[in-house]
Amino acid sequence: MGRELVVDDARVTYSVAGRGQLNAVDGVSFTLEPGTVLGLVGESGCGKSTLARALCGLTPLSGGGIRFGDKPVAPMRLSRREPELLRVQMVFQNPYASLNPRRRIGKQLEDARRIHPGQAPTVGELLDEVELPRSTAAGFPYQFSGGQRQRIAIARAMATGPEVLIGDEPIASLDASLQSKVAQLMRRVALDSGAALLFISHDLAIVRTIADRVLVMSAGKIVESGPTQRVWQQPEHPYTKRLLGAIPAVDGLGRIPLVEPR
Amino acid sequence: MSDDLTTTDAAAGAAPAVRIRDLRLTIDGRQILRGLDLTLPKGKVTGLAGESGSGKTMTGMALIGLQPEGAVVEGAIDFGGLNLLALSRREFNRLRGARIAMVFQDPTSSLHPMLSIGRQLTDHLRHHLRMSRREALDRAAELLARVGVPDPRGALRKYPHEFSGGQLQRIAIAGAIACEPELLIADEPTTALDVTVQAGILRLLRELCDELGLTVVLITHDFGVLSSLADEIAVMRRGEIVEQGHRYEVIRNPRHPYTRELIESLPMHELAPAEGPAEGGEG
Repeated sequence: MGRELVVDDARVTYSVAGRGQLNAVDGVSFTLEPGTVLGLVGESGCGKSTLARALCGLTPLSGGGIRFGDKPVAPMRLSRREPELLRVQMVFQNPYASLNPRRRIGKQLEDARRIHPGQAPTVGELLDEVELPRSTAAGFPYQFSGGQRQRIAIARAMATGPEVLIGDEPIASLDASLQSKVAQLMRRVALDSGAALLFISHDLAIVRTIADRVLVMSAGKIVESGPTQRVWQQPEHPYTKRLLGAIPAVDGLGRIPLVEPR
Repeated sequence: MSDDLTTTDAAAGAAPAVRIRDLRLTIDGRQILRGLDLTLPKGKVTGLAGESGSGKTMTGMALIGLQPEGAVVEGAIDFGGLNLLALSRREFNRLRGARIAMVFQDPTSSLHPMLSIGRQLTDHLRHHLRMSRREALDRAAELLARVGVPDPRGALRKYPHEFSGGQLQRIAIAGAIACEPELLIADEPTTALDVTVQAGILRLLRELCDELGLTVVLITHDFGVLSSLADEIAVMRRGEIVEQGHRYEVIRNPRHPYTRELIESLPMHELAPAEGPAEGGEG
């Protein structure tokens, strides 16, 4: 049912004072297929977030193109987004900032339901889906913990009936024990509804557990892509090897990984 | 060797640097720490694990006397014969930064954005050790060299925004060890960093612990970090220690069901017995 999100040689260039041009996203191409979870990993400054913002039109491209189905993703302006592009939804890193602090949760979910093209799930169903009690609807964001807020943000994104869900470091501000749970939850709610999920994170261990395929990004470029298990077991690019080799194993042996300087 | 320490009373052999007994901390009637007992063996890294809200950070804060205003703290923290909880504010101020130091999660907020690195490193050298400006600058440059900041002299003149997160964490560590403390509290020191940068910081902390005989409290939720750096691991839940022991025992043979649950929930768990994941030896 869903449509593909196709990124073709996308480029985003910034001017940096005194240092000329910075190619934050440097010729990135990939396709996000419906009903799949794609992980995007890389270190800080590699361009992950810029790419995420470009995917939903928050940052203009300086070259290449992004299309959703047959609709080009144009940069957002002050006017309303095109209805079809509303099927691409984002869950941001910081649920403290992404929820409206002065509006009750139920109202915020109602707002989002209005965008749904068909029969939107009810507020109660949405809260069930993200494993929050239905009484949550009556509360304000400040009454909830970081993990609960991120569940609310996920429920809000799902209320719109998205075909593509983009999570930009959606678990980075959460507790470790919660990170894995919330990541699993995102995968489940996205796939249950038939949507695709692009999960962006610097946490390789988590991406490994939820992504079907993974993209490894470094200095604005995708240096490796493939099925997650293959990339983990037989990384091909030296950068991927270096990244995976830096994760300390939970083996109790007291070994600190050796990382080659770049 | 640390590897023969396997029981909760592992520290009994070595002289403990710190002994916490029945520590209770209450804020506005809410009990955050409920009778916590913890022994920190001297010259070792003790990891404090647990979910958020379990009281890890508050334990660290109590150790360095930075519990929030209005917190009621009871029990005893024995630090080389001194009960930290009985100290006056003045007495604690003399200790903090000198004999007990701390490294925080986010170096961009723990360093002052408007003061040069040199100024920030020399301030407490001059204050605690009564060094002259020149002496303090020399010592600060030595410290920066020790923690692996390139061009230490030049770095002294720079400001925090001119450094990456990893470099800033090294600088924060230099500040923490400046007065040669006996106890270092590191609260999620690598959580904000990329894995490749994390490895370097972990190695630095290990070297400093070994070279300086530092006793380190490593507060983190990351069992990979605990497994690689901690000698001992104490697992906290709801303001109490549920289990403490040698890292190998706690990770491989957890005795408390809660510890077992934590470890089994780890995404990396299945990798535990194998080599490093990058070696890809599973094929």
